[in-house]
Amino acid sequence: MSQQKISTIELVNKGLAKRYRAEKRFRLIGLGAIVLSLTFLAILFATITFNGYTAFQQTWLELTIFFDPQMLDAKNLRQADYDGLVKKSLRDNFPEVSGRSQKKDLYTLVSSGAAYKLQDMVVADTGIIGTTRQVWVPASDDVDMLIKGNIDRSQPESDRQLKDIQLAWIDQLVKEGRLAKRFNLAFFTAGDSREPELAGIFGATIGSAYMLLITLLLSFPVGVATAVYLEEFAKRNRWTDLVEVNINNLAAVPSIVFGLLGLAVFLNFFGLPRSSPLVGGLVMTLMTLPTIIIASRIALQSVPPSIREAALGIGASKMQTVIHHVLPLALPGMLTGTIIGMGRALGESAPLLMIGMVAFIVDIPGSLTDSATALPVQIYLWADCPEQAFMERTSAAIMVLLAFLVLMNGTAVLLRNRFERRW
Amino acid sequence: MNEIFRKIVLTGAATLLLGAGLSPAAFAASRDSISIVGSSTVYPFATVVAEKFGKTSRFKTPKIESTGTGGGMKLFCAGIGVQHPDITNASRRIKKSEFDQCRENGVQDIIEVKIGYDGIVLANSKKSPVMEISRKEIFLALAKEVPDPGGAEKVVPNPYKTWQEINPALPAVKIEVLGPPPTSGTRDAFTELAMEGGAKTFPWIKALEKKDKNEYKKICNTVREDGGYVEAGENDNLIIQKLEANPRAFGVFGFSYLDQNIDKIQGSVVDGKQPTFEAIADGEYKLARPLYFYVKKDHVSVIPGMTEFLSAFSSEGAWGPDGYLADKGLIPMPTAERKAFAADVQNLNILKGL
Repeated sequence: MSQQKISTIELVNKGLAKRYRAEKRFRLIGLGAIVLSLTFLAILFATITFNGYTAFQQTWLELTIFFDPQMLDAKNLRQADYDGLVKKSLRDNFPEVSGRSQKKDLYTLVSSGAAYKLQDMVVADTGIIGTTRQVWVPASDDVDMLIKGNIDRSQPESDRQLKDIQLAWIDQLVKEGRLAKRFNLAFFTAGDSREPELAGIFGATIGSAYMLLITLLLSFPVGVATAVYLEEFAKRNRWTDLVEVNINNLAAVPSIVFGLLGLAVFLNFFGLPRSSPLVGGLVMTLMTLPTIIIASRIALQSVPPSIREAALGIGASKMQTVIHHVLPLALPGMLTGTIIGMGRALGESAPLLMIGMVAFIVDIPGSLTDSATALPVQIYLWADCPEQAFMERTSAAIMVLLAFLVLMNGTAVLLRNRFERRW
Repeated sequence: MNEIFRKIVLTGAATLLLGAGLSPAAFAASRDSISIVGSSTVYPFATVVAEKFGKTSRFKTPKIESTGTGGGMKLFCAGIGVQHPDITNASRRIKKSEFDQCRENGVQDIIEVKIGYDGIVLANSKKSPVMEISRKEIFLALAKEVPDPGGAEKVVPNPYKTWQEINPALPAVKIEVLGPPPTSGTRDAFTELAMEGGAKTFPWIKALEKKDKNEYKKICNTVREDGGYVEAGENDNLIIQKLEANPRAFGVFGFSYLDQNIDKIQGSVVDGKQPTFEAIADGEYKLARPLYFYVKKDHVSVIPGMTEFLSAFSSEGAWGPDGYLADKGLIPMPTAERKAFAADVQNLNILKGL
């Protein structure tokens, strides 16, 4: 009886509040998930930036250098004792320093890069031999850490990297205006170094760029062609099934396996040069290919059949249908797959270990076959160095890697949008 | 649409061209820079020499891969020729099996060069007091099986939970040591020097070395797995960060990391000696191991700059007590030893056998 009295609309109204609440909860959970992941991302970026931003500045020291003709043999400028020039200048600046150990303490204020800088100056212009110049040279990493506030002066002398007497010298230099922080250009233009103050990310960046270039040039066309053939032309039979299963399996293979494959095939069989971005790029191609093929096939599948039927209906050949109509429509999706694949290739370091790219390489690679390292490898190598100053450089290198990634993805998104607009 | 097609065709053509360039013949057998592989412990030292060498000589900077000692030996012993490395770094001496492998693959003449010593430290945060410990106590704290505390000549699963249970003079905190995993050369050296050294203080274990070598090795070198020893990965900086966060824990790593972080951590006194540069150099601090590199003699005359690089590495300015390697934390060899190895390098004296 009573059930009959309740009409449908009443029933709906009764449950409405509950349903609204449920929907609100559901939306809040979704929002919460986004907020949570954004918070973690923000924390990550904040820590990296906080740890790394100091690396973009470097402490420099001004020295009065007399380019002594007696110490610089014009015939053998590379082997001359530039260290001696730096040491002499330091001694002249602090004439009160005596004794071997005190002198040694004094010399450690200046980076070994100072001698290289003088060498470059003399080699570039032999005219400066015999003159006296004011030269800004990089300070050692300990001085740099002190200026950046990473060394605690209040600790007892034995617990510090710098002794009391060294602190006094540094203070004196600061007062004279001979010690200052400058923009760390070397970080962006130099290759790796064992001295934190000289180490740069440029070599690794170029290595990564070369490697990605090879990967893109090889994996995109091959991946797209594979996907088009499998999706549009191949007959469904046991063979195509087999190929499909294998492609899906390859996408799940751990990256180190591709490194082993690269070692066996490209290095040992083809005899390609070890540690070269060429081999790195080839290995990365193998790794990214499945990703691109799978994404491209999904993109092709999502093109409505009506497009194909319309094209075929007005007399286009199968190839014309694919190239003129299906492919352009599927291209944005394919590009997305490529971005994901390339992003993975950029961040990968495990397979590079097997082909010798986890290495100390000072010279900037000039070609695809030169020895090179990559950005994630550089981060890994610096993170393992004992010097404190490498800590901030590690974070700074991560920032560079992220910037590289954003730049790459940005370009891809831009390209994708352009293609999307065309149709 | 045609435009896209053209682009695709163009990239395809470029790919083919690139592929054609990949034929093995394109890479004629030559190399103008030295190729070095091997230990990650020697890496920080070898790289300094390489960098200096590259900047002050007319040769290219040698390329140094950090592959680990074992991985380096494998690459090094693969054969003679420019596709194989010229030098391998090692944080232990070459093994008989590796030496034989080398010979089998035609690497007959190997020059062995000891470059100096590396101390291994047991350290904790400055927030806690310094621990004074003996190798015997390290063994008792970290071995999986220890001699029966009751005195019987047999081993029992390690019963010690806190340091104090081993020796009342030690702190009353839980045994928690962060150290490298078994793949690391530092771990090998630590078990050999500290634990084996400690185990030998039990006469019956020492006697076991002659009787049952396998059992002896098992007792000495098996580290406990019940949480007393935590494998913290190969990255020593990470261990130091964890020690800072947890003042009750201890860490095991190379001396150079202690040297660079003396504001945060302190080395434990082992057998009455502090891990200082001088104590390790004098041989008083017992946890120290030699570091080596091995050179293929056949490559010396082929690869440009080899002779010069070798003499740069073995110069007093590099590995001497006042050399730049000492600044990086390498413990120099005694003068006589340095002279002997420098002479070996000079005359390219080969390793006769092990």
